[in-house]
Amino acid sequence: MASQKKVAETPAPAAVRPSILPIDAGPVQELGREVDLKAFRDMLLIRRFEEKAGQLYGMGLIGGFCHLYIGQEAVVVGMQLASKEGDQVVTGYRDHGHMLACGMDPRGVMAELTGRRGGYSKGKGGSMHMFSREKNFFGGHGIVGAQVSLGTGFAFANRYRKTDNVCLTYFGDGAANQGQVYESFNMASLWKLPVIYIIENNRYAMGTSVARATAQPDLSKRGASFNIPGELVDGMDVRAVKAAGDRVLSYCRSGEGPYILEMKTYRYRGHSMSDPAKYRTREEVEKVRIESDPIEQSRARILANGWVDEDALKKMDADVRKIVNEAAEFATYDPEPDASELYTDILR
Amino acid sequence: MPTQVLMPALSPTMEKGNLSKWIKQEGDKVKAGDVIAEIETDKATMEVEAVDEGTLGKILVPAGTADVAVNTPIAVIVADGEDANAAASPAQPSKAAQSALPAAVATPPVPAKPSVPEFADEDEHADVEHVTMTVREALRDAMAEEMRRDPDIFVMGEEVAEYQGAYKVTQGLLQEFGAARVVDTPITEHGFAGLGVGAALAGLKPIVEFMTFNFAMQAIDHIINSAAKTLYMSGGQMGCPIVFRGPNGPAARVGAQHSQDYSAWYSHVPGLTVVAPYTAADAKGLLKSAIRNPNPVIFLENEILYGQSFPVPKVDDYLVPIGKARIARQGADVTLVAWSMGMSYALKAAEALAGQGIEAEVIDLRTLRPMDTETVVASVKKTGRCVVVEESWPQSGVGAEIAARIMENAFDWLDAPVARVSGKDVPMPYAANLEKLALPTVDEVVEAARAVAYR
Ligand SMILES: Cc1ncc(C[n+]2csc(CCOP(=O)(O)OP(=O)(O)O)c2C)c(N)n1
Ligand SMILES: [Mg+2]
Repeated sequence: MASQKKVAETPAPAAVRPSILPIDAGPVQELGREVDLKAFRDMLLIRRFEEKAGQLYGMGLIGGFCHLYIGQEAVVVGMQLASKEGDQVVTGYRDHGHMLACGMDPRGVMAELTGRRGGYSKGKGGSMHMFSREKNFFGGHGIVGAQVSLGTGFAFANRYRKTDNVCLTYFGDGAANQGQVYESFNMASLWKLPVIYIIENNRYAMGTSVARATAQPDLSKRGASFNIPGELVDGMDVRAVKAAGDRVLSYCRSGEGPYILEMKTYRYRGHSMSDPAKYRTREEVEKVRIESDPIEQSRARILANGWVDEDALKKMDADVRKIVNEAAEFATYDPEPDASELYTDILR
Repeated sequence: MPTQVLMPALSPTMEKGNLSKWIKQEGDKVKAGDVIAEIETDKATMEVEAVDEGTLGKILVPAGTADVAVNTPIAVIVADGEDANAAASPAQPSKAAQSALPAAVATPPVPAKPSVPEFADEDEHADVEHVTMTVREALRDAMAEEMRRDPDIFVMGEEVAEYQGAYKVTQGLLQEFGAARVVDTPITEHGFAGLGVGAALAGLKPIVEFMTFNFAMQAIDHIINSAAKTLYMSGGQMGCPIVFRGPNGPAARVGAQHSQDYSAWYSHVPGLTVVAPYTAADAKGLLKSAIRNPNPVIFLENEILYGQSFPVPKVDDYLVPIGKARIARQGADVTLVAWSMGMSYALKAAEALAGQGIEAEVIDLRTLRPMDTETVVASVKKTGRCVVVEESWPQSGVGAEIAARIMENAFDWLDAPVARVSGKDVPMPYAANLEKLALPTVDEVVEAARAVAYR
């Protein structure tokens, strides 16, 4: 089938592993000591950061909507491990993890969440609207689906300028039903734009499960009528994400056009802080947590491989907590933006 | 060190909540992520999770306590061997909690619940019994009553059915009317708005809920090109009886893409009827009228008003006519014109002005298109002065339209130019202090009224 073009096979050692996938995805490429440890730490930073953001929200320091990424950490961390300098990242409002994975400063991200002048948007954007040109992070968008066309535009710019960079465009299973997604798919395929559409399928769009919103629940097939190949990835296993990222990034860099990666993942927390989450059971959440937590998988693997011992991991956790606490401290005491900022940045 | 569990803020608009239930009891072990209590917010029942490991040492706020302010210590979690009483009272909140709220965050960025306004105009229902209900309940009742009357009416939108509405406006409708008439859609505004218009052209009467009007921008092509213009383009053959409704206007701390007033956008368009109520009574009576209206109606609600209570006449079929303004307060010195949330600034300003010896007449426009120019002009002919209050941007706004109409119809009666108090000419900022500055204030309305009254 033309739409399911296969990219280069990767050799990998056989290993049985728990998987969130409905299918057997086969063996997975190991990461090796250094990358395994980096992945663990990057995921842990996101987890601890988000837990802290949840606390600050509860204390009234963060206002409005605040969408946590807890449970989905392996997706963005795995893809960032595969990407290279100059590749752009764009996503929706569940964006804190993406920013940290892009190397943005936790202090600046947290201060944006509290609406302070040291935040990435000077406090004017908030949780859902944050950017860093320097780190090639292009938002942070509050309108479901908008980032898909925008990401396609970054890919257009890459081809226009003849760079070999790729735009990593993230969106949810709910966003996958927006019309502009398919308008974008068509153009991206027609013009062979270097964009990876990463669908973070966490099973729900607010309170609506994929089954209740989506006629073809296999979202990796959503590109079929545009000749965009797609595949399912275990988004709870950072190794599987990185392996898919490696293959597909080189496919896109070589001018073959767009690609779809459907990441099977799960969010543990409510949609936003004000979601009573009555549409799923606690048991369902617990089951994923116990069976497929990306950080716990990574921890177990590191210990089993003997990369480091338990104490070293504890120390790493303490270091990460320190960074997060400092970010929270900064975000708590940093002053609000100056009143004159109300009228700046409207035009330039 | 023992840590206090504070009453969390679990929604953008929550200032207090009820502590309905303790899931864990004193002495129970807890780990991070465990649900320890259930609270009721202004929208829903929510679970409180522990963020630390330890033992629930002491419960400070018993189950069943109502109106617990956000950030009140509700329990103490102790590590093994610690004494709960050490941290219990007097409150010794954690450092972060003490420093938590800069002054600007502590005060809500929008006016709090307004006092219940007097109906100063001739209200034909003045004598009947009134019940107090929230705007949210009034809207729900309006839909339910109309759906009972007419099987062609159905409700469609994101999270309207099983979730009971993202803002709980459609609560209970699925249970009463079933999934065929209360339809959850995918997140496809352009698609379901167009589908709704098609169904309306086919003779059904859809109520299309936008989770907020910000997302109706995805669908505005169908609202204008398909819904508003088709009757005209078909020489009167193709009527489109549809209601597009949902929260409009600035919400609290959600930033530029989720905080915008679309009053002027829709009021610009011939073929649309645009309604924007303030009170629960008007919300109910006007929504029922909108559903019966044979034309496309844009029904602009307001998230901040959803939880506010007003008296609503207890009559079988309470209808408020579309296109008629309401004089919410009488006065001879200056006319204040507002609608929706703008009314809460106007009424407070009128109260303040009365204290300064200026009697303001407050007109609640209620419908923006067709606009009740007559009522506004009659008032201005009496007072000679007018201030329009709106939350949206000033340029090409509804305020500008009102000023033009007054100039056209009451020029010789004016003693001062019409003044506008509006949201500032900027995208809505997120930071608490800037958001406050971006919105109109009661003081600005008072100042403007004094300026046009030369006092
Ligand atoms: C155009 C538009 N419609 C509706 C919303 C409200 N909304 C915000 S997030 C969301 C659910 C999106 O779910 P999904 O795409 O699966 O992403 P997830 O939240 O699971 O990460 C909805 C309906 C919005 N922000 N924009
Ligand atoms: Mg989702």
